[in-house]
Amino acid sequence: MSDSAQSAATVSRRGLLKGGALLGGLVISTWLPPLMSRGFAADAIQPARLGDGAEKGYGAFVRIDHAGQVTVISPKIEMGQGVQTGIAMMVAEELEVPLSQVTIAEAPPNAALYTDTLLQFQATGGSSSTRYTWEPLRKAGAGARIVLTQAAAMRWKVAPSQCHAENGRIIGPNGQSAGYGELVDAAAALPLPTDIPLKAIADFKLLGTPAPRLDTPNKVNGRAQYTIDLQIPDMLIASSLTCPVHGGKLRSVNDEAARKVPGVRDVIRLSNAVAVTASNFWACQQALKALEIEWDLGPHAGANSAQLDKALLDASAKDGVFAHQSGDIAAVLKSAPSHFEAVYEQPFLSHSPLEPMSCVAHVRADACELWVGCQAPGFAQMGAAKVCGMPVEKVVIHNQLIGGGFGRRLESDFIFQAVDIARQVSYPIKLIWSREEDMTHDLYRPHYVDRINAALDKNLRPIGWEHRIAGASVIAAYLGQLPASGVDGDAVEVAIDPIYTLPHLQVRYIRQDPDAIAVSWWRGVGPLRSTYAVESFIDELAHNAKADPVEYRLGLMQSQPRAQAVLKKAAELADWNTPLPAGHGRGVAVSAVFGSFVATVVELEKQGDKGLRIKRLITVVDCGFVNNPTSVASQMEGGTLFGLSAALFNEILVEQGQVQQTNFHTYRQIRMSDAPPVEVHLMPSLESPGGVGETGAVPAAAALVNALHAASGVRERRLPLSRFGYFTV
Amino acid sequence: MQKLIINGQEHELDVPDDMPLLWALRDVMGLTGTKYGCGIAQCGVCTVHLDGHAVRSCVLPVSAVAGRKVTTIEAIGEQPIGQAVQKAWLEHEVVQCGYCQSGQIMSAVALLQEHPKANDEQIVNAMSGNLCRCATYTRVRAAIKSVSQA
Repeated sequence: MSDSAQSAATVSRRGLLKGGALLGGLVISTWLPPLMSRGFAADAIQPARLGDGAEKGYGAFVRIDHAGQVTVISPKIEMGQGVQTGIAMMVAEELEVPLSQVTIAEAPPNAALYTDTLLQFQATGGSSSTRYTWEPLRKAGAGARIVLTQAAAMRWKVAPSQCHAENGRIIGPNGQSAGYGELVDAAAALPLPTDIPLKAIADFKLLGTPAPRLDTPNKVNGRAQYTIDLQIPDMLIASSLTCPVHGGKLRSVNDEAARKVPGVRDVIRLSNAVAVTASNFWACQQALKALEIEWDLGPHAGANSAQLDKALLDASAKDGVFAHQSGDIAAVLKSAPSHFEAVYEQPFLSHSPLEPMSCVAHVRADACELWVGCQAPGFAQMGAAKVCGMPVEKVVIHNQLIGGGFGRRLESDFIFQAVDIARQVSYPIKLIWSREEDMTHDLYRPHYVDRINAALDKNLRPIGWEHRIAGASVIAAYLGQLPASGVDGDAVEVAIDPIYTLPHLQVRYIRQDPDAIAVSWWRGVGPLRSTYAVESFIDELAHNAKADPVEYRLGLMQSQPRAQAVLKKAAELADWNTPLPAGHGRGVAVSAVFGSFVATVVELEKQGDKGLRIKRLITVVDCGFVNNPTSVASQMEGGTLFGLSAALFNEILVEQGQVQQTNFHTYRQIRMSDAPPVEVHLMPSLESPGGVGETGAVPAAAALVNALHAASGVRERRLPLSRFGYFTV
Repeated sequence: MQKLIINGQEHELDVPDDMPLLWALRDVMGLTGTKYGCGIAQCGVCTVHLDGHAVRSCVLPVSAVAGRKVTTIEAIGEQPIGQAVQKAWLEHEVVQCGYCQSGQIMSAVALLQEHPKANDEQIVNAMSGNLCRCATYTRVRAAIKSVSQA
């Protein structure tokens, strides 16, 4: 990356979602407005509470009621990353209120107000939340403080410059004092200033401190309600069985026995599914089991993983399209003293958040009301309108706490199914998918093959390499099509902009969509996949050169001071230069994505032929200024283990067109017994904040596989390790 | 009719014998703090206490708990160890998405009731049946240790 990873990541994300050429499917132009700076909209404060019907100025980010209580309207959904506390801290810092005076409300779908200018639509993902909100949310708080100060100055007939804000009050020159609630009506009538200066980092009182999360107290006593917990009057529970083969349809169903299950109300036929409504979920499940369903399994009924694997591997040898070209790799590969090639494979993955897909839907004659935790409420609203045949503005979405996202709730398929059921009944329904339905009807992280061929100098250092990436296009799956270049910008990120200096670099993208399996975004997205391949490859090159993997990397990343610093720190904390007994090994990997720099070291002991005992996990992050150290550390701890979980255990396989992994007994997740505590170190920094939601997961797999090699001399290039019989001890 | 003792109160529920306790709690009684995750006792998010021991309510038929004391997350704060664990959870900022944390806390309280001075091995043994997709295990451990070492 040339300047900083932040600007590079920003540019590529803008690039990938920009422009009319991408528009297709559910996406229409109103959802990709021009880059705008009005996230902080004209009416940053309103003298009204939420929900009082004050339509005017509903948008924007900050409201203050007459008691002085501040509501921050969060354009980002809380799914565990702590982002809403972070956003509240940004506002509270500039508004000069204690965090205890702030409550959070979820933003409704509104592209004009809540479009994330990095993602180019209203969504929570891509580790963009803190990066995007950092300026507009602080400005929202500061703008509100400025007009409140002006209102107080007018009341006291003094100059605003003679007043200051403190602890939710404006203080005047002669000791006058007024709470924000007393000033809010007058302040709301004032125009917002166009120039809003922000505090220097050195002046922060709240930002940068480990402030307690606002959402957690109700999450330790059972009071927090996720979508699956909601109860609205006259609601029934719904559950469904969708055709086990992607693209299949419902042919017929005999529901005689199902209707006799006590508590069952209706059996609803959908084009590709059958749903049952009942007084409780257990009755739904009993009734679904009692259905005699005949499916039209459709064109993918014969699909299996062996065929899909072969097609992808074959594709990886093709030329595809150029994603990057610098220098002349073809010539260098011919002239270099030696070359080295390796092929890495990463499987389909399910998201499997612990809260299965759920949605409360009430379709009435004149409106469709939805209560659902979703990462992309605008897309959900638009698609729901289509399903129930109503104008978009008739669809109301109440966004909810999310019980695990990891990208799954960027998709709205389950929401559309809930609407499709609800439009056929007179009462509200709460659709809950069983774990089995959730796991077998996911939109999966694609299976990819990375093929890298490096030209090496006489010291066995790379002069350049050719990197071919073959796999499904998630961008095309999500937005309908790729830009004219045919390059999936997500799939090639990191590969086209590695942290290593390579005078000759060629990256090709070979699109190979597995029609039998739906694909989508998965935590870490493209950079997670690329980083596994590149960081495994560079490790192989180091070992081939009989060089220390840390020193070898440092020698190739001279233009990357922040990446160098995290790598050196991780090595130091991991006692990298202290020899280990035979059968033990350390592996390292480095990443520079989402505006943050991470180095992870895994230390493990190989026990017997395939047993792995993970002894230490060290993760060092430089994510710029640390908004809330506790939240950042938590994301790095959890992200590291999330990445390891998949690398150790996870792979979605298909036979007869059907996903074979159905629940956590066949899709094992990392448990406390599998890994030690993660040791996290945060690098102090005054750079703008980088993203952390995805970042921790990114280097974990390569660090694991590199550690296995260091411990045993065995190089595994295909994930997960359990595929080859490895297990944790 | 099933006679259940939930959080110290007797209830008579008109549900089938084989309905798992989880759904009686959630869909019949409206106690939604206990979560559904897998339905096959693999993830632990449905953990409740039966006579003080941690059990997975998703596979426990209501007929098997008749007349026995069931405690859920909603009432665990009424017990001293429950309260201490909830406090430790907040002090250590254990929670991310939070969906599994009712189950984590119920398992942790049962462990500490049996082993007030639980060591590392006992913690891992007691907690490894509780999945967390956010992988908060580092802080779950630390929070439990802060109580067991207090």
